[in-house]
Amino acid sequence: MELILEGLRKAFWLLVTFDPEVMGITLLSLKVSGIATLVSLVIGISVGAVVALSRFPGRRIAVTLINTGMGLPPVVVGLFVSIFLWRNGPLGFLGVLYTPTAMIIAQAVIATPIVMGITVAALQQLPKKLRQQILALGATRFQLVLIMTREARLPLLAAVMAGFGGVISEVGASIMVGGNIKGYSRVLTTATVMEASRGNFDTAIALGVILLVLAYGVNLVLTRIQQRERPR
Amino acid sequence: MSPAVPLIEAQGLRVERGGTVILDIPLLTVEEGEVLSLIGPNGAGKTTLLQTLSYLVGPFGGTLFFRGRKVGPDLPVLAYRRALAMAFQDPLLFDTTVFENVASGLRIRGVQKREIRAAVREGLALFGIGGLKDRSARSLSGGEAQRVSLARAFAIRPDVMLLDEPFAALDPRSREPLIEDMQAILRRTRTTTLLVTHDLMESLRLSDRIAVMDRGKICQIGAAHEVLNAPVDEFVASFVGTGTILEGRVVRNKGDTVLVSVSGSGEVIESVGAFPVGETVFLCIRPEHVTLSVPSGRAGQESPLPTSARNLFSGAVTKVSPMGFYQKIDFDCGFPLVSYVTLQSCEALKLAEGRRVTASFKASAVHMIKKTADPAESP
Repeated sequence: MELILEGLRKAFWLLVTFDPEVMGITLLSLKVSGIATLVSLVIGISVGAVVALSRFPGRRIAVTLINTGMGLPPVVVGLFVSIFLWRNGPLGFLGVLYTPTAMIIAQAVIATPIVMGITVAALQQLPKKLRQQILALGATRFQLVLIMTREARLPLLAAVMAGFGGVISEVGASIMVGGNIKGYSRVLTTATVMEASRGNFDTAIALGVILLVLAYGVNLVLTRIQQRERPR
Repeated sequence: MSPAVPLIEAQGLRVERGGTVILDIPLLTVEEGEVLSLIGPNGAGKTTLLQTLSYLVGPFGGTLFFRGRKVGPDLPVLAYRRALAMAFQDPLLFDTTVFENVASGLRIRGVQKREIRAAVREGLALFGIGGLKDRSARSLSGGEAQRVSLARAFAIRPDVMLLDEPFAALDPRSREPLIEDMQAILRRTRTTTLLVTHDLMESLRLSDRIAVMDRGKICQIGAAHEVLNAPVDEFVASFVGTGTILEGRVVRNKGDTVLVSVSGSGEVIESVGAFPVGETVFLCIRPEHVTLSVPSGRAGQESPLPTSARNLFSGAVTKVSPMGFYQKIDFDCGFPLVSYVTLQSCEALKLAEGRRVTASFKASAVHMIKKTADPAESP
């Protein structure tokens, strides 16, 4: 109990004094996960829309693969991204292993199937005839995808939440491809793991609280939007 | 009036799904300005025909010509699709304001903002929903939503309007006024229209020509009175002929009743109602309201006394068909008339083909509906 109270006190102190190290870690966390989520939205929504709206052989298998990908273990992603980015790996020439860029790549790999899966489900929930109606209004195929996606914007907000929530809180991939280098690739989760393993529970709790507040804050904003626009 | 080149000409339309032919139409032409309705039971291929004409469903056999240009080689499919507009049974509105919904077809076409505003205002006014402009599409009632959906289609100012059962999902209270408004709109805008419906009355009220469809084929296509009075086969007859439906023109207005001259026969029927002289109307007479009598030896029984509100016609029985407790009697008295009589009456009257009978029905038994578009009397 003493430990938790001490941790909370320290966390409060670190926050109100804008401790430079904690701020740096927090900002990097937001930056890495934010960019990774954006990348996953671009890829996930466009590919998801194509999968949801077109008919091609192997479509069912593709949907199954996407849904499986939604539960991809971060450690496994970290492992494979590490192998690819390793000096002798296929993408070793990029020289990005143990950089924030590598972390963005790994997190985008984790978030993309989540966004894609939710996109497919959201678009398939729209009325079947809506597609015909949009085409009958004179839409090109590109306009069709655009309008359908716009119609599914509320469920797609869930994709943003799930994607961001998934990556800001993952630790396995970030530590493997980022290396938890102080002041460079250290994010909230990797820092929490490290501080806890060193016995610095107060700092670990402080970082954990910040992580919770961040995740809560982002979801609060998105949920507000979603509930405000919710169909009656 | 009708141009040499039809607006749409479809040749050899053929659609197969899973090895079954679901649409097989050797030739279909749609003339500029006409309202053609496609009627038939569920699964007749009405909707498939509409979707095929608008390139909305997958591969089909055959060729489409639009104003004489072959769609595909001479006219890009997108350009052809953009000459059409379509509204469905469900409103299928976008999750935005009414204004944006009605504007959507024009936005898709990249029309200028100012033009869009004008066209939207016009579309909304057409359906009497200008006041809904800023409302969210989600907050509309079923009838309002369908009006918005139709306004969205009309705002495009299409060359051809395709309507797929647009009134079928509405409750009678919003359905009736919408059909009435649609009659006026079609009459005023002269938009070439294909209307899919399974409601004969709806198609009679709105269309110039009727195509009766069954199992992917058009069984008969022609003006309403042709299809009603001379069905080509049993199917068409059974679909259109549950009673007597006649086309006619009002020749005299007597205040409470009107005299209607039946097209193609010259016989005059008196009917309760008020329509101006010259108006084209449909007269619907339910078979159970038509009573038959036979000229007999007994004095005074020969026929009921003719009163001002009674219609009397004599003619010959053309067909007797059993219908459970009743016999359905078709006979010809200058126009076809159908009557149901009980088995006892049928025997008592010795009804059989060729037997001469007198039919009577009250002026109040005639249900009159106004026909929409008549090119001869356009305002």
